[in-house]
Amino acid sequence: MSAAEKMVKLRIWRGDAKDGALQDVEVEANEGEVVLDVIHRVQATQMSDLAVRWNCKAGKCGSCSMEINGKPRLACMTRMNMFEEGETITVTPLRAFPVIRDLVTDVSFNYKKAMEIPAFAGPTDLKPGEYRMQQVDVERSQEFRKCIECFLCQDTCHVIRDHEENKKSFAGPRFFIRIAELDMHPLDTLRNRKKTAQEEHGLGMCNITKCCTEVCPEHIRITDNAIIPMKERVVDEKYDPIRWLGSKIRKREGIN
Amino acid sequence: MAGVFAPTRAKIAERTLRTDKWWLQPLITVVVLVSFIIYATIRAFEGKNYFAEPLISPFYSPCLTNGCPDGASLLGQPFGTIAIFGMVISPALFILIFPLGFRMTCYYYRKAYYRSFWQSPPACAVAEPHKTYTGETRAPLILQNGHRWFFFAGLIFNVLLTIDAVLAFRNADGQWGHLSVGTLVLLTNATLLWLYSASCHTCRHTIGGRLRNFSKHPVRYKLWGWVSVLNHRHPTFAWISLFGVALSDVYVRAVASGSITNFYFF
Repeated sequence: MSAAEKMVKLRIWRGDAKDGALQDVEVEANEGEVVLDVIHRVQATQMSDLAVRWNCKAGKCGSCSMEINGKPRLACMTRMNMFEEGETITVTPLRAFPVIRDLVTDVSFNYKKAMEIPAFAGPTDLKPGEYRMQQVDVERSQEFRKCIECFLCQDTCHVIRDHEENKKSFAGPRFFIRIAELDMHPLDTLRNRKKTAQEEHGLGMCNITKCCTEVCPEHIRITDNAIIPMKERVVDEKYDPIRWLGSKIRKREGIN
Repeated sequence: MAGVFAPTRAKIAERTLRTDKWWLQPLITVVVLVSFIIYATIRAFEGKNYFAEPLISPFYSPCLTNGCPDGASLLGQPFGTIAIFGMVISPALFILIFPLGFRMTCYYYRKAYYRSFWQSPPACAVAEPHKTYTGETRAPLILQNGHRWFFFAGLIFNVLLTIDAVLAFRNADGQWGHLSVGTLVLLTNATLLWLYSASCHTCRHTIGGRLRNFSKHPVRYKLWGWVSVLNHRHPTFAWISLFGVALSDVYVRAVASGSITNFYFF
């Protein structure tokens, strides 16, 4: 074993929906490796049936989401040299979603929520290809388009992580940035996004504790740039009598 | 609390597997906020040593009762002296709700106290102790949506405290053109409060965030950009402006009680 190689201790959760436990394993780690590399070595040398979801190994596909030392992270973006010498690294599946096997969870909750959000509704008098927008008008929405759908924000959000029953009425931070993206879009014509965000997608359940922002591997400022602006837009419509009165007098729909 | 222990989830007995000191930040928040609350409560009920010409404590400005000393009442004295069970209500209590409401409903402080006091959640990926959770969807927390009203009230207080700082360019005899440590203290306090207000999320929304087309509103877009830069630092301004208010009061109290003399540079 060269100087650049060393043995590291891992505790990997293995099991399925019925039962499971953390299993200790020691494996070689090389300089410059990430946690996913080491998990692959465990799979190749010691646990050939270890289930792990991965794809790009470049932090862009959002597949290898798991919890490393209790924190939701992408395994491919978690460098081994961030751990102390001799530290045992605990790796578990995402704890907000049903486990399928080992490190693989069922994230279909998110796909159901995605379908509940009405798609972009462009102007009816323009055909696709005729849309014209200025950069300053779309740059806010563009930040949200960086989302790789790793669902780490959904996993860490305590509204559903700690309260299974809330999954029915709460879309989660990933979909609040989707709603914000569309509500801030200069050409979207659907005007009830604020109302439905509050009444159907559970925006009011968010208590802005910013865990979604903390775990986002794309560094999207989910809370400051999407959730809080949407909460303020909801206040404009539902909880601000002066703005409500103004909108009635001026008969203005939405805000230009 | 099903949550992370729900039947379909990975069977892990621990509430969290985090190995870092996740409890430290909420602990610090509790210690600092409780210390401030205790100090502010004592001072608000004390009802004296809040004015030493030309300095007034931010806890007591504007002083609105007819028990206030001359020169401490920027907006006059619309309230008489009110006593309950023989105890005179301190002038600070007449105005306390506005700065308190602004900070209580502030998006940053909400994060801070929901995490540290209510433990909802205590830290990211650390299971909270509550069985149910409804967030800000019902009373009383739905009232957090009134943050903008406290924001506008807070702006009025910022103007008044700025006037207090300008008036502190006088000496104790009311002559202009003097600068004391107290002047700098009140000036710093007012500046920090303006930074806290200007970096507020509601300010960001009001100034331009609610617009759909920035290109139609170039001036508001520019202002929104500046406020967004400040907004990045909102938590920092929230804390240092809180310390600013407390330390300004400590200074004015020390001067008013005669413990120290307000040093004049000129």
